[in-house]
Amino acid sequence: MSAPVFTARALTKIYRMGEAEVHALRGVDLEIRAGEFIVLLGPSGSGKSTLLNILGGLDTPTTGDVHFLEHQLTGAGEAELTRYRREHVGFVFQFYNLIPSLTTRENVELVTDIAAAPMRAAEALAWVGLAERLDHFPSQLSGGEQQRVAIARAIAKRPQVLLCDEPTGALDYETGKLVLEVIAKINAELGTTAMVITHNAAISGMADRVLRLGNGRIVGEEKPARKLTPAEISW
Amino acid sequence: MKSLDRKLLRDLWSLKTQVVSIALVIACGIGGFIGSISTYTSLLWTRQHYYDTARFAHVFATAKRAPASLEQKFQAIPGASEVETRVVQDAQLSIPGVVPPMIARLIGSDFTHLPGMNRLTLKSGRWPAPGAKGEVVVNQRFLEARSLRLGQHINVLLNGKLERLTLVGTVLTPEYIYATRGGGMPDDEWFAVLWVDAQSLAAAFNMEGAFNSVLLRLQRGASPEAAAEALDRLLEPYGGFGAVGRADQVSDKILSQEISQQKIFGTVLPAIFLLVAAFILNVVLHRQVNAQRAEIAALKALGYPDRDIAVHYLKFASVIVLLGAVTGVWLGNWLGTAMTGLYTEVFHFPEYHYRVEPWQILAGAGAALAAAFGGALAAIRGVVRLRAAEALRPPAPAEFRPLFIERLGYAGLLTPAQRMIMRNLERKPLRAAITVAGIAGSVAILISGTFWTDAINWFMDVQFNRVQRAQVNVGFAEPVSHDALWELARLPGVKQAEVMRAIPVRLRAGHRSYRTAINGVADDAVLLRILDAELRESKPAPGGVLLTTRLAERLGVAPGDEVVAELLEGKRVKAGLRVSGTVRELAGMNAWMRLEDLNRFAREGAMVSVAGLLVDRAQEPVLLERLKQMPAAAVVIVNRTLVDTFRETSAKNILFFTAVLSAFAATIAVGVVYNNARIQLAERAWELASLRVLGFTRGEVSVLLLGELGLEIAAAIPLGFLAGFWLAVLLLALMPHEMVEFPLVILPPTYLYAGAVVVAAGVVSALIVRNRIDNLDLVGVLKTRE
Repeated sequence: MSAPVFTARALTKIYRMGEAEVHALRGVDLEIRAGEFIVLLGPSGSGKSTLLNILGGLDTPTTGDVHFLEHQLTGAGEAELTRYRREHVGFVFQFYNLIPSLTTRENVELVTDIAAAPMRAAEALAWVGLAERLDHFPSQLSGGEQQRVAIARAIAKRPQVLLCDEPTGALDYETGKLVLEVIAKINAELGTTAMVITHNAAISGMADRVLRLGNGRIVGEEKPARKLTPAEISW
Repeated sequence: MKSLDRKLLRDLWSLKTQVVSIALVIACGIGGFIGSISTYTSLLWTRQHYYDTARFAHVFATAKRAPASLEQKFQAIPGASEVETRVVQDAQLSIPGVVPPMIARLIGSDFTHLPGMNRLTLKSGRWPAPGAKGEVVVNQRFLEARSLRLGQHINVLLNGKLERLTLVGTVLTPEYIYATRGGGMPDDEWFAVLWVDAQSLAAAFNMEGAFNSVLLRLQRGASPEAAAEALDRLLEPYGGFGAVGRADQVSDKILSQEISQQKIFGTVLPAIFLLVAAFILNVVLHRQVNAQRAEIAALKALGYPDRDIAVHYLKFASVIVLLGAVTGVWLGNWLGTAMTGLYTEVFHFPEYHYRVEPWQILAGAGAALAAAFGGALAAIRGVVRLRAAEALRPPAPAEFRPLFIERLGYAGLLTPAQRMIMRNLERKPLRAAITVAGIAGSVAILISGTFWTDAINWFMDVQFNRVQRAQVNVGFAEPVSHDALWELARLPGVKQAEVMRAIPVRLRAGHRSYRTAINGVADDAVLLRILDAELRESKPAPGGVLLTTRLAERLGVAPGDEVVAELLEGKRVKAGLRVSGTVRELAGMNAWMRLEDLNRFAREGAMVSVAGLLVDRAQEPVLLERLKQMPAAAVVIVNRTLVDTFRETSAKNILFFTAVLSAFAATIAVGVVYNNARIQLAERAWELASLRVLGFTRGEVSVLLLGELGLEIAAAIPLGFLAGFWLAVLLLALMPHEMVEFPLVILPPTYLYAGAVVVAAGVVSALIVRNRIDNLDLVGVLKTRE
């Protein structure tokens, strides 16, 4: 078995919302190994986004301990976290978050310009099947195409992990499947560890491991007997 | 409180920094306007009030020596209501310890009777006791400038005899609100006006039963010009020097010039401030209304009529304007009081009535409110027109296109970050243009307000180093033989001496006339040169008269025309003179002839009346003492003392105006840059936070936002230089320039200073916004759509 990419121990996260305290995580222990395809399932408010944000270096836990490889993420300063995101993490968002003033190629170059050993922007876009649309602006692309650009942007720096928060949430069925295919292909062929948050239980068939969250805790863990391809799942 | 008003208060609170920065820009506009215009109206009112209560004369005339019996004929002049004759004499004044000579103007007065006009106001001490010999009152400013005490003695050379006078009181007079030996420069230290017993003065100068100065008050509606003509005719046989109305009386002329300058400063610069404030308010309200599309849609869906929604946003604008107006009125009052303080150092009124008129407040605030409503309404109209359902949807995604330079094939020159900056600029050209215009406006205000130092320094350099190169000027009481030159040249410390002749004259052309002096200069003169604005030297052509361009224009003559010259001295020759040319001199209304030509025209021999000396500074005190003992040398002026006094007075004014204008311009610049940055940040927070998630550092993200502002500032500064240059041209053109013409001189440090102030304002704004960039919500953007 490969070495763990992420190790988390007794993670808690408490938000202050005015007078009230919100316990987003109530003690999460976790180990993710290199190359794994993880699906995080759970209802709204179960803590899955909080967990992903902490693993991605966007947020810090209230208590507990997180390691990425040999780096300790807990206690890291803002500048360190920024460097961590820049060097190791690829993000894919529900609403793509492309820069409207940049073309497809330039959105990817935005990241390759600041990465240590990136692939060429055209290569990343070829990976997601958009080699032909390099000079289009986001406003000229469909939702699925925009999400594929976002994935290309995320993988172009050759990150160790790809973190996807509801990547298909804003897409229709066909387009959503296309996007999942791209993520699965990257996981399989580049060996990038992938973590996908979803409301959609059908997607869990693609995973090596499914983590179910509820009320700030991991309430279940499944390992599908056979990993399905995106073509094989439906919802 | 209605819930819509509660929303208004919360919106205002959440945008408080922006609200304050805009209110401050408006306050600068209103404050500048009120401060300047109220100083202007207060000066006008104060002068009028003083002239009325002190019964200031309407017409002034001087002669060599006229018999007292002539006074009855003056009474008969049509329109004259009161006449007063008196003896006025200039004399050398000395105070122990002061080396450069001073001039005292002695005015004969009867202290037992209140004069009918030009009444004195006693400021301190007492009136001279009747019959007490040698007691005098002095103009208050001289006493202050020289730090003298009442009871102190001063020495005056009366007709060759040194007299000791005692200062017993200080007074103010409408005749010397601005006291000067004749030039347009403040002269309090070197020029004293003394009121002495009329009989003693007449006795000292052999003027018993005679006078040499006439004052006339006129009935309402009577023409001062006609009265002056009549006076001239009557005084002609007695060596009249030409009568003038108030408009040409030295003190009033300088005061009027200053008042009209104040009027121009009070209107042009505040107008620009208000314009810029309107610009910013327009942009901010536009953005504010657009950002609240969804809320407006919800209000519409709930059944609020368009009118209520429009009123809600107009209230938002009104609150900002009100804040600005209140601060502006306070600022204006402060500014007006401070400017008044500066004026009262130069202009001496017994009381100064500073007052802000209600119409000035209404005009300033009204202009700001109109500008604000203009901006708000344009934005409100756009949103109110939307159907509720349409407004509830987010606006269509921003569309971008390749840059102009990329379409030309230079795409490779730019990094993605640079492209983002450029494309954002290209996509909203109007907003970028408004921002650039606002910043350029503040650069221009700074330049047009501070270049005066350059212009005045240049002017002083030209006048005192290039035109008048003599360090000491000597004026003789009566014309003397040309041989005086040799006598002067032999005095200790004199390195070079040069003489000229000045004859008072009234020049006429058709119905126009002007009283000045014709200066006769030697062909080889080097200590006094006739230079135009471009420093080209002119010489009067043989047989003709060379006129300052302004004088030629006033007389309506051109080279080749003839003017009639009526000399007011000696044989009082009256004859035609050919205008041989004109010269655009910076100062004065001068007429120049060759020395020989002038003497021939005056039908006199080789006579001179003024000498210029180049001296050895080490021996200057000795020289000045010798000159004080020369009875013929009636007036001795050390140019350096004039320049020094001028610099002291103007340095304070310049410092004040530079500080005020810099503060105003910086406020505008911060208002424009900061608000623009905040709007940009609000619009692009989502995009910038996304980049932070992707691993961009705070610095890198800041560059994207602030880089755009940096480019706008970089573009605005040269434009501001250009605008400042033209604004300076405009201000100079609007300035009254009868006496002097200020050159358009703007030196590089002035440009540099203006640019630096605006860059500093930009940096401050950037730092405030930078704090917000550092605290972008990274988690939020993952879950929300733009």
